[in-house]
Amino acid sequence: MSIGVLVFPGSNCDRDVQWATEGCLGMPTRRIWHEETDLSGLDAVVLPGGFSYGDYLRCGAIARFAPALQALLDFAAQGGRVLGICNGFQVLTELGLLPGALTRNRDLHFICEDAPLQVASSRTPWLEHYGTDKALTLPIAHGEGRYQCSDDTLKQLQDADAIALRYQANPNGSVGDIAGITNDSGNVLGLMPHPERACDPATGGTDGRVLLQGLLS
Amino acid sequence: MTVPRYQARVLVRLRPSVLDPAGEATRGAAERLGVEGISKLRIGKAVELEVDAPDAEEARRRLELLSDRLLANPVIEDWSLELQDS
Repeated sequence: MSIGVLVFPGSNCDRDVQWATEGCLGMPTRRIWHEETDLSGLDAVVLPGGFSYGDYLRCGAIARFAPALQALLDFAAQGGRVLGICNGFQVLTELGLLPGALTRNRDLHFICEDAPLQVASSRTPWLEHYGTDKALTLPIAHGEGRYQCSDDTLKQLQDADAIALRYQANPNGSVGDIAGITNDSGNVLGLMPHPERACDPATGGTDGRVLLQGLLS
Repeated sequence: MTVPRYQARVLVRLRPSVLDPAGEATRGAAERLGVEGISKLRIGKAVELEVDAPDAEEARRRLELLSDRLLANPVIEDWSLELQDS
């Protein structure tokens, strides 16, 4: 059982993720350069936070065409677990693995703070061990985290029970207070908050541990 | 034989339903500058291109694919293409 962390030019949370999954939680983890196409032997893949390709054009728009992401489409289709954190969430929406888009925060500021969240659905392995309505706090750090989608897509997300996490106090103007969503089958999760920054008691809370354990549960 | 070169411009706009915080902030700055009466201000992108293609139809086909797949995100943006003859 092992985890891969994709690394793009401009990723800056890849080592943090590895510290959390391997250093704090003891799960074997290796980093994967974006030009690789071999994801064999992995049970889960994490797309980390950062500024892939400088976030040129739109956040995640260029990373989407990386060779590793074409392999990721097959990996996800076969049921492999995929977790996109912050910039990774933006990449997953540009790639089409998750619906909607992440846009400039309502108040234009880059927001770096602890965000109180609520588990909106415990349907998927990522959040089932928290339980629905569980409150948790994870750090956020983004300038483009305002989740946007059409009314039809929002209804589809609700009908599929695919809204995973909501902000308790919406910091960025996301529709429906959405902080994270899953795909229909539940093996793909994208979220703006950073669970990897909430795993080590030395650097804050540990509310992110259970979520990251969902990578291999 | 040289392949013709076409000049093109792709305008990428936020869809009308999408809030444009940067546009709103700029509209606020217009008021502070003393420019009155700006009731709407939305910011998009203009992408200027040159494409070498055998004919205008093929140039248009390539640029439409590029616009739809890369330059704009149809979830939040619309685009339009202006193509000039070589």
